[in-house]
Amino acid sequence: MSETLISVEDLSLSFPNHQVLSDLTFKVQRGEFLGVIGENGVGKTTLIRVILNQLKPSAGRIKIKNGLKIGYVPQFRNVDVEYPLSIEDFISLNFTGIKLPWLSRKEKQKIQTVIKQVNLEHISKRPLGLASGGEKQKAYLAQALINDPDLLILDESTASLDPNTKRELLDVVLRLNKALGLTIIFVSHDMQVIHEYPDHFLWLTKNGYTAGPISELHNDSKEGEYV
Amino acid sequence: MFSFEFMQNAYLAGTLIAIVSGIMGVFVVARNMPFMTHTLSEIGFAGAAFGIFIGWTPLNGMLAFTTVSSILVGELSGAVESRRESVISAISGLFIGLGILFLSLSNKNSSYATSILFGSVIGISHQEVVQMAILSVLVLVVLFFIFRNLKDDSFDAVGAKTNHIHSSLISIIFLVLLAFSVSVAAQIVGSLLIFVLLTLPAASSKYFAHTVIQMMLLAIAFAIFGVWFGLYLGYVTNWPVTFFIASIEAVIYGSALIYNSIANKSR
Ligand SMILES: Nc1ncnc2c1ncn2[C@@H]1O[C@H](COP(=O)(O)OP(=O)(O)O)[C@@H](O)[C@H]1O
Ligand SMILES: [Mg+2]
Repeated sequence: MSETLISVEDLSLSFPNHQVLSDLTFKVQRGEFLGVIGENGVGKTTLIRVILNQLKPSAGRIKIKNGLKIGYVPQFRNVDVEYPLSIEDFISLNFTGIKLPWLSRKEKQKIQTVIKQVNLEHISKRPLGLASGGEKQKAYLAQALINDPDLLILDESTASLDPNTKRELLDVVLRLNKALGLTIIFVSHDMQVIHEYPDHFLWLTKNGYTAGPISELHNDSKEGEYV
Repeated sequence: MFSFEFMQNAYLAGTLIAIVSGIMGVFVVARNMPFMTHTLSEIGFAGAAFGIFIGWTPLNGMLAFTTVSSILVGELSGAVESRRESVISAISGLFIGLGILFLSLSNKNSSYATSILFGSVIGISHQEVVQMAILSVLVLVVLFFIFRNLKDDSFDAVGAKTNHIHSSLISIIFLVLLAFSVSVAAQIVGSLLIFVLLTLPAASSKYFAHTVIQMMLLAIAFAIFGVWFGLYLGYVTNWPVTFFIASIEAVIYGSALIYNSIANKSR
């Protein structure tokens, strides 16, 4: 029996001067690896923000399973070379709330667990600012995993990575999906990886959308990226 | 040296200030607010002048002005990050003008103004040390409770948005704490050199330490070292203490930058 985590019905969203999403209907089941694809500016991040309840739809409904815990890796981050925190301490930032300033033993263990899950053991004490693009994305991913989410959302996490690093990151994500049953929404404009990793797709275009199991994604779009 | 009461008071107050500045400084640097901090202390100068004018202590005048203006800056700049600096410029211009006015109206001689601007250790009474201690403890207690959310908001503002952290509330609380810290620190190093304690030690620490708590401890150590050594050198030479503290912290910062560039080359 599959369980529906997110159910979107006839959802539309417009900003003051233009419509971004229109009449969108789809579901996300537990355990699914959904690839959301579409050109830049088509509304992928906007859709994510609706799911995160940061934006209200202009029309239609979105139903999120009660108590669903979402781990989110945003598209942009302010981390420059002088960013001082170690990967470990950066990951710990997601332990928020009114609690003691220092971490509990359980929290420290959790940090080590997620660091292993993303294969960053060897550099976990190094400043995040000095990490490579791929290592940074893994650290962001680890941070999003720290509060045991049911659903993990990655917004263009592979956009700036070379092909090998891209696969390395997506292999980690796929392992989380298969081994732990973590539900994934992976946003990208890279057709190649969308064919390889997700089991479902949602393709947003200027004039509408298509959705379904990955086998139904047109093969002619397999070659390279489009922007 | 410690047989003089004013030196005891200076060391006590200086140590407190160093601790508060080291901790607050780490957030000041992470939130990219050295300019705001400097401006708050200029506003503090106006507040001190106002205090003298109406017969309060300079510290109380400073507290009043910096607290009100920190809330104003927080409210006026709102969510528009880029507007912050202009709002700060406007508010500080207004307040410094007022400071000059109050100073001239209160007919105090200019040495009063110099001691507010450049700091003075001789003038700190035991009663003021007690008040500074209370303020410092207050800042530390509030920090204790908001620590984790402030840390997330300061070191990962983008991520904090999805952690349901009330960013604008955190900002305002932080600004008020900063106003308190500035007012207290200005008693020793003076309004003009506030960043010597509230920015430089923390800015230096980030090249050596890589967790927030380690950075704080190191920033406290740098600040305490500067204050203690500066007070001692000031006592021995009769030169201004502020000069020594400023020089020590600048040398530490310079060394940190050199260390960092060497470390980066060998990486
Ligand atoms: N807060 C906003 N106000 C007005 N327009 C916006 C806002 N956020 C995004 N947009 C516009 O909506 C469109 C979709 O943006 P976005 O969802 O970020 O695209 P994508 O993530 O697919 O590249 C873009 O044209 C963008 O300029
Ligand atoms: Mg986007």
